[in-house]
Amino acid sequence: MDDIPPYPPIDPTTFDLIVIGTGLPESIIAAAASTASKSVLHLDPNPFYGSHFSSLPLADLPSFLSSHSTSPSPPRSPSSDDPNEFSLLEFATRPLYSSIDISTFSPNLLDQHSRKFNLDVAGPRVLFCADKSIELLLRTGTNQYMEFKSVDATFVGDNKGNLWSVPDSRAAIFKDKSLGLVEKNKLMRFFKLVQGHLAGEQDVKISEEDLQSPFVDFLNKMGLPPKIKSFILYAIAMADYDQEDTGVCRDLLKTKDGIDQLALYNASIGRFQNASGAFLYPIYGQGELSQAFCRRAAVKGCLYVLRMPVTALLVDKDTGCYKGVRLASGQDIFSQKLILDPTFKVTLPLGSSPPLPLKEKLPFFSLKDDKGKIARGICITKTSLKPDISNFLVVYPPRSLFPEQVTSIRLLQIASNLAVCLPGMFVLYISALCNDDDQGKKLIHAVMNTLLTVPLDSESNAAVQSETAEIGSAVQDETSESSSGGPSDSGEEKPTLLWSALYSQELTLGQVDFICSTPMPDGKLNYNDLIDTTFKIFQEIYPEEEFFPETSLENPEVDGDASPET
Amino acid sequence: MHGRPRKAPKPEEEAASVAKAQKLRALQTQFFSFHHNKIPSQTHLRNRKRKQKMHGRPRKAPKPEEEAASVAKAQKLRALQTQFFSFHHNKIYTKEAVELSAKLLEINPESYTAWNYRKLAVEHYLSQPDCNPDWIKSVLDDELRVVENALRQNFKSYGAWHHRKWVISKGHSSIDNELRLLDKFQKADSRNFHAWNYRRFVAESMKRSEQDELKYTEDMIYKNFSNYSAWHNRSVLLSALFEKKAEGFLSKEKVLPEEYEFIHQAIFTDPDDQSGWFYHLWLLDQTVTTDSPLLASSWPGHGYDVFLVEDRCYNGSAFSPFTALHSDSGSFPIVLYFNQPVGGVSSSTVTVECGFNKNEDLLWKPLSASNSQTARVWVAHLKIPSSDLLSTVEVSVGHSKGIISTRGFEYSHPSMFSFKVHVQPMERDFSQVSVAESISLREENFKIYGSQSEESIINSFNQLSIKNGHESTASNWRSEALAKEIECFRELLSLMDCKIGKLTLARLLMAYDVMSYPFANKLVHSEEVLELCSDLMKLDPTHYQYYKDEHSMVLLQKVTSSKESLLQHCFQYKDSVSSAICGPVCLRLNNLSLSRMGAFEKLLWVQMLDLSHNELQSIEGLEAMQLLSCLSLRNNKLRSLTALEPLRKLKLLRVLDISYNQIGDHSIDTTRYLCSSPLSHSVGSESNKDETVTSDVALIDNWEAFYIFKDFNLNQLEIVGNTIADEKFKSVLVKIMPKLKQLDGKLLG
Repeated sequence: MDDIPPYPPIDPTTFDLIVIGTGLPESIIAAAASTASKSVLHLDPNPFYGSHFSSLPLADLPSFLSSHSTSPSPPRSPSSDDPNEFSLLEFATRPLYSSIDISTFSPNLLDQHSRKFNLDVAGPRVLFCADKSIELLLRTGTNQYMEFKSVDATFVGDNKGNLWSVPDSRAAIFKDKSLGLVEKNKLMRFFKLVQGHLAGEQDVKISEEDLQSPFVDFLNKMGLPPKIKSFILYAIAMADYDQEDTGVCRDLLKTKDGIDQLALYNASIGRFQNASGAFLYPIYGQGELSQAFCRRAAVKGCLYVLRMPVTALLVDKDTGCYKGVRLASGQDIFSQKLILDPTFKVTLPLGSSPPLPLKEKLPFFSLKDDKGKIARGICITKTSLKPDISNFLVVYPPRSLFPEQVTSIRLLQIASNLAVCLPGMFVLYISALCNDDDQGKKLIHAVMNTLLTVPLDSESNAAVQSETAEIGSAVQDETSESSSGGPSDSGEEKPTLLWSALYSQELTLGQVDFICSTPMPDGKLNYNDLIDTTFKIFQEIYPEEEFFPETSLENPEVDGDASPET
Repeated sequence: MHGRPRKAPKPEEEAASVAKAQKLRALQTQFFSFHHNKIPSQTHLRNRKRKQKMHGRPRKAPKPEEEAASVAKAQKLRALQTQFFSFHHNKIYTKEAVELSAKLLEINPESYTAWNYRKLAVEHYLSQPDCNPDWIKSVLDDELRVVENALRQNFKSYGAWHHRKWVISKGHSSIDNELRLLDKFQKADSRNFHAWNYRRFVAESMKRSEQDELKYTEDMIYKNFSNYSAWHNRSVLLSALFEKKAEGFLSKEKVLPEEYEFIHQAIFTDPDDQSGWFYHLWLLDQTVTTDSPLLASSWPGHGYDVFLVEDRCYNGSAFSPFTALHSDSGSFPIVLYFNQPVGGVSSSTVTVECGFNKNEDLLWKPLSASNSQTARVWVAHLKIPSSDLLSTVEVSVGHSKGIISTRGFEYSHPSMFSFKVHVQPMERDFSQVSVAESISLREENFKIYGSQSEESIINSFNQLSIKNGHESTASNWRSEALAKEIECFRELLSLMDCKIGKLTLARLLMAYDVMSYPFANKLVHSEEVLELCSDLMKLDPTHYQYYKDEHSMVLLQKVTSSKESLLQHCFQYKDSVSSAICGPVCLRLNNLSLSRMGAFEKLLWVQMLDLSHNELQSIEGLEAMQLLSCLSLRNNKLRSLTALEPLRKLKLLRVLDISYNQIGDHSIDTTRYLCSSPLSHSVGSESNKDETVTSDVALIDNWEAFYIFKDFNLNQLEIVGNTIADEKFKSVLVKIMPKLKQLDGKLLG
């Protein structure tokens, strides 16, 4: 903290809205409020945009994770001697990440090139070409600040390391070599049934009874073989929990929801001409999204201050109403509304007696929600998991790796052509929902053991030395991107792990109450649910205002810009 | 359409379409009134021009500003055109003039005149004495650029694509560039047949290998398998490779199973998509059809004892009723029935040797509906010398080259058959009787043969030995491929109801039976095929007639497949008055609800045929039954006199019953245009001798009756029960056929 220069004073000192944290939900709200002509101050204690949604250099990721893994020191002595009419409530940070496990197998290389990595804190994550985030980007013109590339394919993995392509379209079914003729016929007929149902064709309507029944029952009723059922449930509808074990399943999908998921997937394929698959990934990582919305907000007049910790909340002594925040610089800034990053919670100063109204609200606010955890893993390799294809998603359905696996595990491989790592390298993002850290570790390790060679400690030094040299030369010769992976393509060798970060993340929901708090990244593959929550928060604080009215469109040729690069 | 999803109409679209339908109905009502009253008028012709929406894509009504823009465009276009025509007519090929035509073509690529003008201009430039290669290239490159701009305006412009071909065939231009251009167009619309057509031209000009192009179709199909053009091109390329016997394509045996495997992926994935089925049909054809034509049957067949009697009534115990033939013309026909249409049958390719007439040059005539020189059935007439009472005839087919199928394959299975001819001289006493005799095909006049089970009859029937005259060329892989296909489609049908799947299965089963049992004459699957056809008639009423026809053909195959089943339809005609066993065997295929006639190759011997009480609308193919002398088509669904055209070729036909059909029910005979008119030269020259008759007003009004009946040698005709058959028409018939002795049961003076 010593090296941070003295904080400049902020002027003006009164705003309509203060937003603390530049995660995606906060950034969207800041942009929406600015668009609605509110004066907004957007603060972040970090020196970068994105908070828990950011993409960080390799060296910065571990420190970010660990800085959010411990409860801070107890609040300083109550500043009840404050001369003005406000009570000060100190902010504390919540522990959001646990059992952080960083392994480095080639230290020199990664230290040298740390800044060439943009690692997503909340990976794996993609945008469906037709999902709400894309709609929002297009509607707000935010897409002009970003570029995307297509994630080329989806595979389903098994415990032998095989990756089966998911026949997710008519052409893919036709082309698939692993499906039998009967399976092709059944799958395509199911897709047609769903399409007909969605198009409102009378003769192919799915009955209301079926729509309300579990999706898995409906798939059984359609006579789909287990393999196809698994494809549809976990690799297209992206169900998290084992749908066939009602004992452990926490998200039993109804047919209606399953069909909505299929509709989203179907609408995503072929939406943009140069995107072959259903998904998009932003160049420079997912952190770009938050940043793009911040730029959008800034254009509309939002004031940005990074590296600005906030120390306390100012509340009215009598009513307990929110008044403003005290910054680390000591300056007090006032606003009508406040949006808070999930990092922060407000603690009652020891021995203080807060105003009565506040006493009732606070316990509510500091309540820790128990939504479980998500285990995340980031691995860096220098060969692709599958030759000839660099950006793709792999889904391991429940029970596909080991019998006790109750949630699906998703893996996203992103290559250097998306500017997330050194040329010739690949970043693998893995995640799975879990109940506790041990379970989470087991899930992530199961995938890593199936797909990767993890160097043993005893051998690692020697192995790492040679690898470092090899990759070092590859880095210098940027044009030899494809050839650098050449030697290992030929063999059946699994890619060797160079670096990994494993951690568990708390799943906190957003709160709309005394003060609004935004949610942590959820366990989904895309941002749909987060955008819904964000919209609700915005509506709560500005019930009169429209969430990005259509007229806010500034750039008429957005559609062209939205299409990803090839 | 074309596998593209149709959008459900919006309410306003539905309203518009209701209004459109009403308008259409009103137009149609008026049109039909013109049509029935045969009034061609301006209104009538204009109605034909109304365009429906294309390819199921709705048309948008133009907005006012769009209309204004199109008016302005039209004005500009007219001005350009006027100027262009003046350049064109004055043969002005200056830079300015040529540029003007380019401008015109950019707006309207359909202007053929402008394309032709540009061709003339290019020729003009190239004929200049000072032209050098660089300059030629720049002129031609200019043309390519103009075409490209025009195609951008309308990539389905015939004129533009043609012009491009013309420019490219001049040479001088880089052909590689053309493939790049094509890739662009085929990306924009992968099914555009103009582009595919041009692609074939380019591939040929640059000698791109068929294998490379085959790979290209594969890539296109993988992108979207609902691509008729790509599948079609695949079939074209494979045919070329088969023909060339290119490496890896020496035998269909290896290639076709792979193609079947490929198309199954498409058919099973989306059985509703038609493009795959078309390719499958092509594959089936490739599997079933032998390249070289075969002689399927003949009359007389090998080993026949033919009895020629010059008298109608003869003693049944003396001759076989199946092979005895009455002849009053002093000759008898030899009929060759091939498995596919062939040309080149002549006295040099088919030699006939017999004791009584050695080196006679027989005149072989094709029997086909059209006047083409190819046909499945060929006939020649052999004169019988009354002096030779017994002689042996040998017919050799294809020992010298010249018989070629319409697909260009040579007849390559030289074959020979021989038969004996017995001549029975005329007995005067009987001939007196036969003159007064009339034949009445009534139930009480028939006696079934089977019940009699006379040894001689069975023996003579055996002589007919209904079988394909040649060894099967079906190799194992063909029937194996079919068996595999049958299994495959049975599986598809077990998964879902699929009309085209059922039809395909029916086709496969029939093809399999024909291929696997050429000698056994067993059709193991015929019951199943008949069931499939009946099923389809119910499932798909719009194509009822097609399935009905298929059903009829299969039923006839079944009936003629074995001696036992055929004998059940063989009757003896026995006049109720004279009670003598008279005349040849009568084949009765009545009351079978047949809509088409078939299995001719097995029925060449038939002289009396009863097809009454069926649903025949057409008797196509009946011309093959050259021996027919007596035919009943009573109670069928024949709708026009022109439907009787095949009968014109039956020179021995004496008794015809077409009573109780629908001839004349419909005031317009739409098939009329298929026959030549009395005013055309072909008929005119033939009928010079009838000039006195044709001048008759009544005959001109009934020229199709004249055209059909004038060549008949009928003794007896029943036509009652048809709308057309009023007294006036009957009197016309009597005029046309002076030899007619009996009309609708009444003896004619």
